[in-house]
Amino acid sequence: MSDNNKPKGVKPAGLPKKAAGPKGAKPARPPAKLGSRPAAPPKARIVPTPSGDGDSTALPVLTKKDFDSGADVRWCPGCGDYAILAAVQRVLPELTEKKEDVVFISGIGCSSRFPYYMNTYGVHSIHGRAPTLATGLKASRPELDVWVITGDGDSLSIGAGHFTHVLRRNLNVQIILFNNQIYGLTKGQYSPTSEVGKVTSSTPYGSLDHPFNPLGLALGADATFLARTLDRDPKHMQAILRRSHAHQGTGLVEVYQNCNIFNDGAFFTYTERDSKALNCVFLEHGEPLVYDEGKKGLKLDGLKLRSIDLTNGSSTSDCLVHDEKDRTLAQIYTQQLMWNDDLPRPFGVIYTEDRPTYDSLLQAQVDEVTSKKGKGDLNALLHAANTWVIE
Amino acid sequence: MSATTTPIQQVSDVTILFAGDSGDGMQLTGSQFTLATALARNDLATLPDFPAEIRAPAGTTYGVSGFQLHFGEVAIHTPGDEVDLLVAMNPAALKMNLDRVRIGGAIIANIDSFKQRDLDLARSDSNPLEDGSLSGYEVVALELTKLTREALKDSGLSTKDIDRSKNMFALGLALWLYTRPIEPAREWLKGKFAKKEMIRDANLLVLDKGYHYGETVEAFAARYEVAPAKLEPGTYRSIRGNEALALGLVAATTKSGLGLFYGSYPITPASELLHALSKYKDFGVRTFQAEDEIAAAGSALGAAFGGQLGVTATSGPGLALKGETIGLAMMTELPMVIVDVQRAGPSTGMPTKTEQSDLLMAVYGRNGEAPIPVLAARTPGDCFEAAYEAARVAVKYTTPVILLSDGYLGNGAEPWQIPDPDSLKPFEVRLANPDSVARDDDGAFLPYVRDEVTNARPWAPPGVAGLEHRLGGLEKDARSGGVSYDPENHQYMTDIRAAKVAGIANEFRPLEVEGDQEGDVLVLGWGSTYGTIKAAVDRARSQGLRVGHAHLRWLNPFPNDLGAVLSKFSEVLIPELNHGQLVRLIRERFLLPVKSLAKIQGVPFKTSEIEEAIHQTASGN
Ligand code: SF4
Repeated sequence: MSDNNKPKGVKPAGLPKKAAGPKGAKPARPPAKLGSRPAAPPKARIVPTPSGDGDSTALPVLTKKDFDSGADVRWCPGCGDYAILAAVQRVLPELTEKKEDVVFISGIGCSSRFPYYMNTYGVHSIHGRAPTLATGLKASRPELDVWVITGDGDSLSIGAGHFTHVLRRNLNVQIILFNNQIYGLTKGQYSPTSEVGKVTSSTPYGSLDHPFNPLGLALGADATFLARTLDRDPKHMQAILRRSHAHQGTGLVEVYQNCNIFNDGAFFTYTERDSKALNCVFLEHGEPLVYDEGKKGLKLDGLKLRSIDLTNGSSTSDCLVHDEKDRTLAQIYTQQLMWNDDLPRPFGVIYTEDRPTYDSLLQAQVDEVTSKKGKGDLNALLHAANTWVIE
Repeated sequence: MSATTTPIQQVSDVTILFAGDSGDGMQLTGSQFTLATALARNDLATLPDFPAEIRAPAGTTYGVSGFQLHFGEVAIHTPGDEVDLLVAMNPAALKMNLDRVRIGGAIIANIDSFKQRDLDLARSDSNPLEDGSLSGYEVVALELTKLTREALKDSGLSTKDIDRSKNMFALGLALWLYTRPIEPAREWLKGKFAKKEMIRDANLLVLDKGYHYGETVEAFAARYEVAPAKLEPGTYRSIRGNEALALGLVAATTKSGLGLFYGSYPITPASELLHALSKYKDFGVRTFQAEDEIAAAGSALGAAFGGQLGVTATSGPGLALKGETIGLAMMTELPMVIVDVQRAGPSTGMPTKTEQSDLLMAVYGRNGEAPIPVLAARTPGDCFEAAYEAARVAVKYTTPVILLSDGYLGNGAEPWQIPDPDSLKPFEVRLANPDSVARDDDGAFLPYVRDEVTNARPWAPPGVAGLEHRLGGLEKDARSGGVSYDPENHQYMTDIRAAKVAGIANEFRPLEVEGDQEGDVLVLGWGSTYGTIKAAVDRARSQGLRVGHAHLRWLNPFPNDLGAVLSKFSEVLIPELNHGQLVRLIRERFLLPVKSLAKIQGVPFKTSEIEEAIHQTASGN
């Protein structure tokens, strides 16, 4: 049984006392009304070109504030989404000098409101379909920096098909998967990552279906970058976001995100001071798998991971050393450290590999054909058949 | 070539039909005959008709594949009501197509495939070649299989390979019978089997044998000659609708300077567009075979957001799946083209058969009030211009546009006067300019402040500083594009989106009426029925009726002068390959008691069917 089935499964996810959903009757203010942000300096570059690197001289250094759209953030107070938004806004100035090249594309759900809060280009698209828009955009404008924002319902239920396909294609985008193990926006039904037995508004007698193992699923789709982090660990989250962005390919980051309204405490085992150390193992490439403040480690015994006591004879040299390039290890982590209460859950970069991205391959194919055939001539193409002339 | 002894008769137009098992190569035979006919300068129209199964059980009626071709020195608008020559490769092909042959017409049958087993497979009780059922026709029974085997007995090929080339015998014979040039087929074979010399030589030999066979056996009373048609001066090629549509999109990308992104999922009969466009990488065309119809549409929309010409194509069931994305494209007001090569529905329907039954889905098939411009192509060649127009309007008005083609247009061929790229309408692209866009007091870009003439909103692809903005499916504030639940704003946005689409009609040319400009009956059509309606109207007028023909390019919005045109005729008849969908739109808009001629059989109208309906309508029946 999942550790998630322990105490918190008992707590029914009833309706909040206050109607605190993000949907309200009051019209939102237009995004940029708040603050007195000056207009961004107009630039000469009007027609974007796929090759697109205009001159980047003398660009002002961006700050976190530059990425804040000024729109009222309308997640419930206390929602884990705020921390993710802050982390993204904080790391972006380090990752890009050109805000105008950054695009956030989301699906539908609480998390998918995200693009409205970013002062970048963005699309709040259709439930489950964010990867499809991202694919068309990135495949035709590979120079853009595209981020996909999604949730467990969005990417693993209605959008599970697109989620796996974008991973296998290895589109060069970042995907942030806000996993809160519940449907928030529709008011608290169980999600495809909810633990079995979950009592919700749609499952008053407990949910029956086995949940997805998100990173296991992604690995099965041959994802090239898998990482997991926590909304309540901003430092770690920022480090992981940087890694995901640096990765050439689909940088998938699963964030354990607390929905304090409908599924409060779903991840407290991993985030709260008294339980975190014992239940989390933070992976570092080349470092032994040690947890519980150095008192425990993980050892590979045959094909099985086993917890060893480092205070009693064993040492870190007995522990498995993390190799983020090792696919077999990734399989072992995603399978054995998922449904097992006795072993800690891994966080950090679980796996990464180099594989050409879909967008770069497509660009290369277009370039290659064009250099072989020369730039296409419309008139010649129209005549490329058996023709005859009527005088 | 041997001295011609068979007399040659002049005829003005001919319809021939090659029919056989799906493995008999009838589509190839038909398309090569079409090419020869085009090069002989005839006008023509074709109707390929094949089963959905790739390899249906051999010899059965449901495995029959046919290719009908109507050609002439006169203007040809339809693939022909009645067949003058049927080439039947087996009893199943004969059985399925005999009713199309005119009484007195000719049938060439491969007698080697009329054995008891073949008759059983076709579920024929007796042999039609012997039981007198073909007494009204001119029957030429040939030992096609045997003749081919004899011709190739020294070729070193297996019997299986030899038998596969018997369609070339039939092609050669048909070319001879209609005095068509044989060279185009020879050239084609040389190219196709360039790397398989034995097969190439065998096919060339059999093609020649077939051509000479007619002379040798003197089985035919006459050969036929069809003089060149009087087409407008220009350079021509034979073109099928799907080819023309792909070329129209390439023209749009070239003329607009916008990159073309084509996201698509394979579906009959639209897949060919993907095949064609995927070759045009030298035009910068990016094709993406998506994981499903939804992803295909989503990717096209994502590309459109990125400033590309985003295009997706499908057929009926796929359009149903794309509906939500089309709604988002409408809401975000991004230019996008959705092509529906319609097929017979509902549900999976009859994928290889033609129909016009997606009209209401195109016009109305989305949640909420989601008006979208819809246009239709009328002939295979016209698919070129229709595709170009769809893209041009999408960009000019920042809206998704649905282009309706159908299986008959997609697969059918006609001679096409190749347009001069310089003569195409200018394709204006106005991307948002950060120096001149509307901004609020704080300097923030207002992406929903519209162009005063077109009501288009600024198209502002990423990559330009100062134009960062967010789009989405939630209702938009009329200026900022921010999320708005304001009641007045929703009313306004709903109204303005409708007005934007309705306003496209302001740039239409006056609706053209062919034939009489006022009178007894107006035949109103759209899409692939154009040629048949035209032929039927010509006939009815020659019999003294005052009949006009108007054919709609745009189904949404209607032309502004449509009401005036309708009012000039006592009756309005609307023939459609559906259950009366345009009829509903016209009744709804004009409250007129228009008459419907609805045919849902998976095949185009016959001219005679429309002609008869015109007479009935005129006489008040
Ligand atoms: S995820 Fe939960 S807490 Fe966050 S906004 Fe949605 S309902 Fe509220």
